[in-house]
Amino acid sequence: MSEVFSAVATAVELVVRLDPDLVEIVALSLKVSLSAVLIAALVGLPLGAAVALVKFPGRRGAVILLNAAMGLPPVVVGLVVYLLLSRAGPLGELGILFTPAAMVIAQSILITPIIAALTRQTISDLHEEYDEYLCSLGAGHLQRITTLLWDGRFRLLTGLLAGFGRASAEVGAVIIVGGNINHVTRVMTTTIALETSKGNLNLALALGIVLIILAASVNAAAVLIGDAASKRYG
Amino acid sequence: MDKAIEPNRVMPLEVLDLSYDAGGKTLLNKLDFRLEDGVRTVILGPNGAGKSLLLRVCHGLLQPGSGSVSWAGRTPSQAGRELAMVFQRTVLLRRTVADNIAHTLAIMGVPREQRSSRIDTALKEAGLSELEDHPARTLSGGEQQRLSIARARVLRPRVLLLDEPTSNLDPGATAAVEGMIRAADADGTRIIMTTHDILQARRLADEVLFLHRGGLLEHTSASEFFAEPKTDEARRFLRGELLE
Repeated sequence: MSEVFSAVATAVELVVRLDPDLVEIVALSLKVSLSAVLIAALVGLPLGAAVALVKFPGRRGAVILLNAAMGLPPVVVGLVVYLLLSRAGPLGELGILFTPAAMVIAQSILITPIIAALTRQTISDLHEEYDEYLCSLGAGHLQRITTLLWDGRFRLLTGLLAGFGRASAEVGAVIIVGGNINHVTRVMTTTIALETSKGNLNLALALGIVLIILAASVNAAAVLIGDAASKRYG
Repeated sequence: MDKAIEPNRVMPLEVLDLSYDAGGKTLLNKLDFRLEDGVRTVILGPNGAGKSLLLRVCHGLLQPGSGSVSWAGRTPSQAGRELAMVFQRTVLLRRTVADNIAHTLAIMGVPREQRSSRIDTALKEAGLSELEDHPARTLSGGEQQRLSIARARVLRPRVLLLDEPTSNLDPGATAAVEGMIRAADADGTRIIMTTHDILQARRLADEVLFLHRGGLLEHTSASEFFAEPKTDEARRFLRGELLE
């Protein structure tokens, strides 16, 4: 038991004195996950809005598919991205396997459905409420979309935060396509897995603390933004 | 230009042989009427008579199953900007009071430099100037409906269509909303509104369309309607009986 307390104490010390290895790993994790959120937002926001607003054959199937894709198994996504980016794969020429770029791609694929599905739901709910009013003004497609995106911005931000939470806590896909290479592709989750298997609990626990703080902060931000928006705009 | 279209006019409203079916039921049944300018029209009837539906079809929000609606020879979509609609259930954006009006002006392409003064005027008329920075959806029911009317009137429409504008409002809030309706009428805006409130119809109507089960039973002046209703349904409705 004392070993565990000792490991926790050392971990806290690593966090407090901003250990360079720890900072490097945290920084890469944030860089990869934020990049993935950015890409997923660029794809997911318009995709979700389009599915919510545009009537097309198979729309219901698209909604089911989008919702189902929120539960994509990370290791399967990792495997598919690995096959695509491996030397013999169709995108092998890019030469980005075992680089942060490959990790960004894998995480983007994982969280795009989350952002798209939450966007679809948000825009769909707002559209139902605003439809007659916007129709009575003769609002065009673009005016409708911008109105709905703006009025749903806080809920959409919560969706982006959910995507970031999923991306930063993900391990299966990034370990396959990143390879967990020291100083290159080692992020918080993969380092925790590796250091724990090696019995080096200090760094694993320190990263665990950072990860928990990050997850708690993201959730707190989502709740606070939701509350503030509800209070401010009803 | 079509000979029947009268430029710069939106009235009369002509409804010919208008029917609307949904879910296997006839909700509006062969309505024929013509509304002229210069009076306030109240579409009266019990719940489910088809009042709101008729208003929506006249505005162009819904297409009739058969028959036609024309505003001085124009279809509702051609009359578009001359018509403004206020809904029974207020639809306010998740923005401030002033921004709700600004949004309408922006959608309608009003130049940015003109918006501020028009917002100020609209809020003043609605008695909401002091609440301009408040979130619209946190206003009281009466204030929300006044904002809805102000937002509709800021477009300077020739016709204001109001769907049960005071249902669920207390007498004080109802009086304020009715005050805005009278002010719009005094400014020359043609008022066409629905209500199931007989007393409100007595206060506001110059002419009455009485609807029951999707049919137009009476179209007459308010004084005549309330003094000598011609149909049994109207007499029973005015006595406060529950019509099926």
